[in-house]
Amino acid sequence: MTMNWQRNREEHLARITAGNALAKGKIVEARNATRLLEAVVRPGDRVCLEGDNQKQANLLSNALLAVDRTKISNLHMVQSGVVLPDHLDLFDHGIAKRLDYAYSGPQSARIATMLFGGKIELGAVHTYLELFARYFIDLTPNVALVAAVSADHDGNLYTGPNTEDTPTIVEATAFKDGVVVAQVNRIVDKVPRVDIPGDRVHFVIEADEPFFVEPLFTRDPGAITETQILTAMMAIKGIYAPYRVQRLNHGIGFSTAAIELLLPTFADKLGLKGKIASHFALNPHPALIPAIESGWVEQIHSFGSEVGMEDYIRARPDVYFTGPDRSLRSNRAFCQVAGLYACDMFIGSTLQIDLSGNSSTVTTTRIAGFGGAPNMGSDPRGRRHPSEPWLKAGQDADPDRPAPLRRGRKLVVQIGETFGEKNTPLFVEKLDALALAEKLELDLAPVMIYGDDVTHIVTEEGIANLLLCRNQEEREQTIRGVAGYTDVGRGRDKGMVRQLRERGAIRRPEDLGINPLDADRSLLAARSIRDLVRWSGGLYSPPSKFRNW
Amino acid sequence: MEDITFHHYTQRPAAGNKHVAIVGVVASGNLEVLAERVLSNDQFKIEIRTAAEGFESVWSAVVADFVERYPTGGLKFSINDGGARPDTVMLRMAQAVRVMEEG
Repeated sequence: MTMNWQRNREEHLARITAGNALAKGKIVEARNATRLLEAVVRPGDRVCLEGDNQKQANLLSNALLAVDRTKISNLHMVQSGVVLPDHLDLFDHGIAKRLDYAYSGPQSARIATMLFGGKIELGAVHTYLELFARYFIDLTPNVALVAAVSADHDGNLYTGPNTEDTPTIVEATAFKDGVVVAQVNRIVDKVPRVDIPGDRVHFVIEADEPFFVEPLFTRDPGAITETQILTAMMAIKGIYAPYRVQRLNHGIGFSTAAIELLLPTFADKLGLKGKIASHFALNPHPALIPAIESGWVEQIHSFGSEVGMEDYIRARPDVYFTGPDRSLRSNRAFCQVAGLYACDMFIGSTLQIDLSGNSSTVTTTRIAGFGGAPNMGSDPRGRRHPSEPWLKAGQDADPDRPAPLRRGRKLVVQIGETFGEKNTPLFVEKLDALALAEKLELDLAPVMIYGDDVTHIVTEEGIANLLLCRNQEEREQTIRGVAGYTDVGRGRDKGMVRQLRERGAIRRPEDLGINPLDADRSLLAARSIRDLVRWSGGLYSPPSKFRNW
Repeated sequence: MEDITFHHYTQRPAAGNKHVAIVGVVASGNLEVLAERVLSNDQFKIEIRTAAEGFESVWSAVVADFVERYPTGGLKFSINDGGARPDTVMLRMAQAVRVMEEG
């Protein structure tokens, strides 16, 4: 029997030949986008429709939605972000059937409804890095539909600051005989820099409008509350300072924005400059501008970009990663790896925490997905290089083991207020994620961060240090001890909580020398978006929805 | 609207001499505290008018902790609550004690 080892190559060439009929070189006109997709996509294909955290290939999603479904159906979508309504319309129209994804932000309510209604056959909800990994093992796309700022006639792509997932998607698709189609804002003679080499790109479409990109990491300092300032002060004094955390990742909530804005003020007074918060895996958060301008930050590698930060980044190449064209080069896969292996701390917010410290952002009506948080917020068991915070956290957890054989620990910190929006309690006996898993008959409940990875929980009531807990009962009471007036908090054993506090497993604001009455908005280095613009010397240009002047 | 009243005996008289003060604002998620020095040194009274009904047991726990943490003897608080969270309630009441100390 003779084997054919070239089936994929032959199939690839057949698809390219079909597409070439609509192309001039590699260029296809926008009005022929749907016909191109009908030529290169086959029923049942795995398709990555670039849906990232921020940028969206929205011309191509529109075009895919318009295909003749007697020709193309049953697609298996493998994309990190399910963000646009189009992404779900594909399932409503029967063009797509199966879905593997990571993040669904604005579509979180609709995706829940469609999963309940059986409109979507769900593979799994992943972390970014996990889905990228599967692109190279068992979820390799047959077709990738990506977005870039510009292309030349050879197909070389310039992504601009939002490089995000594109290099990873293209790598997996192009080197396994898949087809790569790019939508670009414009076709040029020479791209400012080559983010994707042209021999990995088969077709290029010039879009009438720039691809869609949403500012996701802008937090208005004007909305930061006194309670958030108090928790931020406690985190700085009770965690950043004693562990000497220099390499870290911040979540996107208001509590971490408050931390960023307290570095040049509160943390500076504590003499911590140069000792903490100097190296980040982080998107270009505008709230970090005052700390950067005050000389706190050595360098930042980014997953994506942020609308309005372009000129500021160009002017600060010592801090950010930039190309020869001076604009930001982001890369989600590399930055996720950096956050996992080269950062000593993750600190972020969540919606629900249970008595074991498991946390979830899933509610019974919303499935927001995971994005990168479970990866940032987990202890990398493959890490081998030492650092002061990592060794100290390991010692807290396991003081009796001889140091040379002791694993260090990544600091995984959950920060939040005991009551969130609409007075919903942060602490619960049972996560909504469990009810959801039962309803959808999932093998796994969608847990954002597992309790055994969490090292600290910070609320306005104090800091719970779970590294110092030796059994489940201590963990539970330590968590109840910072849960305030939620039902979980009021169910605490007062005697045990007192003992845990004496041991330092719970630390109240007064134990840290912090008076809650000092938690005042005047401590924030910037108290409005306008202040951030001023700090940047006019280089930061906030999107209009954040301008009120 | 719901009216709730608590009465506590305390060993610790509030500091300062100020007679009356107002902190906070009546707004959704916030509250206004009118503090008056009108009781004997071993008494603390608090009258709450709240927009959020059914939270009497939470108020009771917050006020009990507050009396344990801060010297309140001699003070009467009248609270106009717009559904503030317990952490905001605690903060505003502590601010009221501090303002009364200043006079």
